[in-house]
Amino acid sequence: MKSILITTTALVGFAATAGAQEVNVVSWGGAYEKSQVEAYNKPFTEETGITVNMIAADNPATPLKAQVEANNVTGDVFDIEVSDAIRMCDEGALVEIDPADLPAAPDGTAAADDFIDGALQDCAVANIFWGTVIAYDTTKFEGQAPSTAADFFDLETYPGKRGLPKNPKRTLYLALIADGASPDEIYDLLGSDEGVQRAFDKLDTIKSDVVWWEAGAQPPQLLADGEVTMATGYNGRFFDAMVGEGKPFEIIWDGQYMDMDMFVIPKDAPNPEAAMEYLKFATDTQRLADQAKYIAYGPARQSSASLVGMYQDGKTEMAPHMPTNPDHLETAVMDDPEFWADHDAELSERFNAWLASS
Amino acid sequence: MAQALDPHAAIATTASGVETDDGPLRTADGMPLARALARSQTQARRRAFLLVLPLLAFVMITFVVPIGQMLQRSFYNDGFSANMPQVSEWFAATEPGTEPGEDGWAALAADLQASAEARTIGVVGTRINYDVPGTRSLFTSTGRKVRDGIEPPYREALLEIDEEWGDPVLWGAMRQASTPLTTNFYLASVDRTRAPDGSIEQVDPRQRVYVMLFMRTFWLSALITGLTFLLGFPIAHLLATLPTRKSNLLMILVLLPFWTSLLVRTTSWMVLLQQQGVINDILVWLGVIGNGGRLQMIYNQAGTIIAMTHILLPFMILPLYSVMRTINPSYVRAARSLGATSWTAFRRVYFPQTLPGLGAGALLVFILAVGYYITPALVGGSSGQLISNMIAMHMTDTLNWSMAAALAAILLGSVLLLYWIYDRLVGIDNLKLG
Repeated sequence: MKSILITTTALVGFAATAGAQEVNVVSWGGAYEKSQVEAYNKPFTEETGITVNMIAADNPATPLKAQVEANNVTGDVFDIEVSDAIRMCDEGALVEIDPADLPAAPDGTAAADDFIDGALQDCAVANIFWGTVIAYDTTKFEGQAPSTAADFFDLETYPGKRGLPKNPKRTLYLALIADGASPDEIYDLLGSDEGVQRAFDKLDTIKSDVVWWEAGAQPPQLLADGEVTMATGYNGRFFDAMVGEGKPFEIIWDGQYMDMDMFVIPKDAPNPEAAMEYLKFATDTQRLADQAKYIAYGPARQSSASLVGMYQDGKTEMAPHMPTNPDHLETAVMDDPEFWADHDAELSERFNAWLASS
Repeated sequence: MAQALDPHAAIATTASGVETDDGPLRTADGMPLARALARSQTQARRRAFLLVLPLLAFVMITFVVPIGQMLQRSFYNDGFSANMPQVSEWFAATEPGTEPGEDGWAALAADLQASAEARTIGVVGTRINYDVPGTRSLFTSTGRKVRDGIEPPYREALLEIDEEWGDPVLWGAMRQASTPLTTNFYLASVDRTRAPDGSIEQVDPRQRVYVMLFMRTFWLSALITGLTFLLGFPIAHLLATLPTRKSNLLMILVLLPFWTSLLVRTTSWMVLLQQQGVINDILVWLGVIGNGGRLQMIYNQAGTIIAMTHILLPFMILPLYSVMRTINPSYVRAARSLGATSWTAFRRVYFPQTLPGLGAGALLVFILAVGYYITPALVGGSSGQLISNMIAMHMTDTLNWSMAAALAAILLGSVLLLYWIYDRLVGIDNLKLG
């Protein structure tokens, strides 16, 4: 494995060895990458003269782990999920980041106080919050529209197939919320055998009507094709379909699952100074607010919220589409990276065994 | 003497020269013939070896070494032993099942502290978490507390931080992890686990998934191989017997999908087969089924079978075609003229001659199907998942590469075993790939 990784990563890194000042940022591609190029990279290069090479990955944590294992790190900044950030930090693969080094808010609030709880970790700084939410096709429920997570499981009142992701992390919690559990007790329940069984029992009620999806682009597509009448998916993707393409979808924010994306710098990054410069620049108040112009993900700083304006079309107010909007937070379940680092493998096996049984 | 420098010339010289009755044949310069021949052959072999050296190096670097290293992970994981040296030593010095005394606790505390300082505690916790789910955070949170020092008595101090440290299951798992060599990943791959006393037992029925997925993978692969044979055989026969111009056109129809990206073909099947898709629309329009009774042909096992059969069909058609083209039609004619019915002529004369192509095609399709990943992931729903999807999950989601390696090794081993059986039954020399 190592040698092939060395050769492949060397090829990726080859571009980076030329030129004076560069920084290699590995991110998720697609509309998300585009928003980062517009909001972070272009002004960063303009201001510092440092070129930013954007590298797309399905999940940047995979190349990060591969590069660390191969002792040949070619990326400088990686945009990864919080559970991976904590895991890699505990494994000593990442540079520790002192919040005091990060720029303060415009009003002088220190970064440590400005970032939303959990957005600053030992080795990672969050840039956005994103939600996994339920969306439905408004043309399918003209009489009475669904409005809660429980409605998602109510096949009688709201007939039609359901789209759910094929993993335990973003399905079990929803079943529990729909079953009446409160967001605070989700992880206690999932930590116990009875709680997990309760979630599976609830999922059993719709199992034969679920279309399982694998990639984030699928749920809006399943809705648009009429394959399902309701699906859970990433709020940015639904926003794109609704506002960008004018699809007749509506989002239910009840029981949304909130995740963060975090910037991390691996130890042995080829351009550590430029990487730190980039990280500081990209997570300042204005840049985080700017990103919301291109994608419906919430900035990780409190001070950015008031600066969030219109979508790039110039007429859509972004605030109501943000997962961090206070109205959407009441029944939101926050991702618990420690819990998932502990139980991901175990619950994935049980989930797959459940899926396979009829 | 110029001739003697060329060994071949030298042999010719002596062979036609005077026979000496004592000792072996010699070259012109007196060297035994056998040695001269051996030397010249060694040189030739060396030169030939230099020619294949680049290929050999390429195969080693891109194939043997990476796969070897990947497979090594399935039985070698030093995440615990390398970062917890003192307690590993304590485990080595004591009998299994020993109640940890203060020396054991002290070793554990010292290692935890050192490991937390070196920021390797996550690696240690991850390793134990594979065997005892839920313990990773025990290591990392304890590590954070003991990083700046821990006071004796260590047993009480650690139990104060978390009572779980007293759990004999945890100590059993740590003992197993204290040597880097482990069979636990292979056990987990067949839904088995090691009890604290070291005996092997099945996991909870609700956790059993791998054995079933292995069975399903082999069963579906065999089914898909059978389907590609049923569909591909007539096409290959048609291709081989039509006039060249028509068969070329038909060949393009076979090859065009073969050249199209796998993802494009898979997503095209999604468009065709889904409930609001083309086939269901046509069936509803024809009145075969009602609008409410649309067929579920995708996001289940049927979807995986249909899409994979189509995608793998060329791998069956092409070897069959290449063999059928070489079959002389006069054999069948001869059989018919001797009174065989067309079925008998096909069964006894034509079909046996296609076996080398069929063998090659079946082997290709089966081996490719066993490792298929993206198609079942996209169209398989819940009942069409294969073992490769679990390998991918462990590679990219849970980042448990040891487990992925163990599953992959079992898959590789079973394919090699089938290949061996195939060789014994059919003979690999009878294979014709084209």
